Amino acid sequence: MIEFLKRLFGHQGSSTTAKERLRLVLMTDHLELAPEMIEQMKRELVEVISRHVEVDRERIEVNFERQDRTLALLANIPIISVNRPNGKHEAAAASKPAKAESPKKAATGNGEAKPPTRKRRRRKKSGPQASTAPA
Amino acid sequence: MHQVESIQPEPAASAAPAKLGRAIVLTSGKGGVGKTTTTANLGTALARRGSSVVMIDADVGLRNLDIVLGLESRVTHHLLDVLEDRVTLDDALIADKHSENLFLLAAAQSREKDEVETSKMQALVSSLRERFDYVLIDCPAGIELGFRNAVAGADEAIVVCTPEVSAVRDVDRVVGLLGNRFRPQLVINRLRPQLVKKGKMLSVEDVNAILRLPLLGVLAEEPEIVVTTNRGEPLALHKNNATGAAYHAIAARLAGDDVPPPMPPAVKPTLFERIGSLVGRKRT
Amino acid sequence: MSARKIVLTSGKGGVGKTTTTANLGATLAKRGHRVILIDADIGLRNLDLVLGLEKRIVFDLVEVAEGRCQLRQALIKDKRFESLSILPAAQTREKDAITPEQFSAIVERAAEQADYVLIDSPAGIETGFRNAVAGASEAIVVTTPEVSSIRDADRVVGKIAADGKPMRLIVNRLRPEMVRSGDMLSVDDVCDVLSIELLGIVPDDEEVIDTTNRGEPLVLNDANRLRAIYDKIARRLEGELVPFTSFDGQGFLGRILDALKAG
Repeated sequence: MIEFLKRLFGHQGSSTTAKERLRLVLMTDHLELAPEMIEQMKRELVEVISRHVEVDRERIEVNFERQDRTLALLANIPIISVNRPNGKHEAAAASKPAKAESPKKAATGNGEAKPPTRKRRRRKKSGPQASTAPA
Repeated sequence: MHQVESIQPEPAASAAPAKLGRAIVLTSGKGGVGKTTTTANLGTALARRGSSVVMIDADVGLRNLDIVLGLESRVTHHLLDVLEDRVTLDDALIADKHSENLFLLAAAQSREKDEVETSKMQALVSSLRERFDYVLIDCPAGIELGFRNAVAGADEAIVVCTPEVSAVRDVDRVVGLLGNRFRPQLVINRLRPQLVKKGKMLSVEDVNAILRLPLLGVLAEEPEIVVTTNRGEPLALHKNNATGAAYHAIAARLAGDDVPPPMPPAVKPTLFERIGSLVGRKRT
Repeated sequence: MSARKIVLTSGKGGVGKTTTTANLGATLAKRGHRVILIDADIGLRNLDLVLGLEKRIVFDLVEVAEGRCQLRQALIKDKRFESLSILPAAQTREKDAITPEQFSAIVERAAEQADYVLIDSPAGIETGFRNAVAGASEAIVVTTPEVSSIRDADRVVGKIAADGKPMRLIVNRLRPEMVRSGDMLSVDDVCDVLSIELLGIVPDDEEVIDTTNRGEPLVLNDANRLRAIYDKIARRLEGELVPFTSFDGQGFLGRILDALKAG
């Protein structure tokens, strides 16, 4: 009865908060403990995407960011060229940095101007619900 | 023409602290007696009195001061990043969520205690003393290198002890190891007055008869601590809680205020007594 | 046949490794097994104290490792049990006074004369911990249902998993009334996070402190409810499938009591 009243008046047990904080802090701890895993993940990510588009490997950024109640993987992968639907390459025009359109800021927020290519940001939530959208 | 006697100029009140801050290590030997909780709460209480405080988590590899303060999501750099000159101190210091003038320097989670160089730790603590009124160092359990590094830069020590034989034995060992450089002050934590009354737990007098240290504070076993750690909100934020108030009293004593000496907390009415009063009111 | 060599560890200090080692060891001995307990906490020994055997220490772990005495000279037989002995740690040395290899060798020798060797690990993940784990072929991770303990336990689980040793979990000092009021993580919460097999749930009990003061493992007291709990843990360790005690739903009176306690 008393628990019911507590809940009625908005008393959320601290154990719920604790469990969530613990889940997130352990994810962060595990990542901090596995820099090689992160490097490998970055390499594989780049490989997979490179099968479909040509990317600028020098400028790739992959980071983990705390967002509200989740941990997210944010990747910024500048694209140099995209195959035509029938498989032929488009001209690689962006080897020289072009004029800046309003570049979308990278998720990491370092304000460097990026070459004006279509940026694709791939968001992955880490955890069992992670799903990769097909390219 | 008179000769003006040269006088030492008074440091301006708003200048950087003219006197060095106090570097205090919180240690115990035994784990789980409340060093980290005490560091977080004492830091909070001191900051709320207007002192500037930095807390260092020296438990490399098993950091927890961040999570007790609710700051775990804000840790980007840690102690070893600073000691190894990868980042500046300003980049690594994390401002507390709840209290002004309170900062945390987190431990590294993926490193080991033996990667900390004692001399660098000393230098860090010295430089922090120039910036803060208090540098609180949360010492890891044990008496090995982790302990020695935590103690290295400190000029004062607080030993935390629970009223249990193993804890008292370990504190005794630690006090011996701290040696003549320190005159440690004692905080007795997790006292259960009910059990002391029944003779099932050592009393404050029992503990201090063995340790013979100046008593800085006595804290009762407090289930709210679990809740506040769950939430990442130190109990010292709530002065109306007996234990929260006790942390403030400890801060005041530490600062040299004229505060009454620590008293064991009052015995709460037993469950039996409370049921008795309930049953007495209505007929079963 | 050689003994099972089990290390009890946690990362976090003060969660009950030593108390659990003592009581589980005593329970196994009562059930007829030959048990040797080894205190690996060099410098801060406490297993002797918890069992009330501190006055009978003649030799210790480090002296055995250095060959200054035989293992059998250092082992202290607990006279209250058929077959329970302890090998105390050294008090005035440091954890690096012994190598993992030396420690393992001693554990092996103990294993030849016992059914169970329980190793009480120190807190932390440094040398002392590494030594303790080196000597074992399986682990029991002890945690309380609190954020810091679980976080440290997770670290330890990671390290032992890397060694490939099987692990099981004991959740110690549970306060069911606080779990019910949503103020403490439940056993399920803890298991979800740590993802290792549960071996036992031990509720918080005021008697533990008293028994430690007196140096009498609580399993000697038939009236203590934890005795039955440790018995279940021992049986699970022996391989029996024993259902876990439910600490939920104590009925109406229980809930009133909880509410009064919670205030």
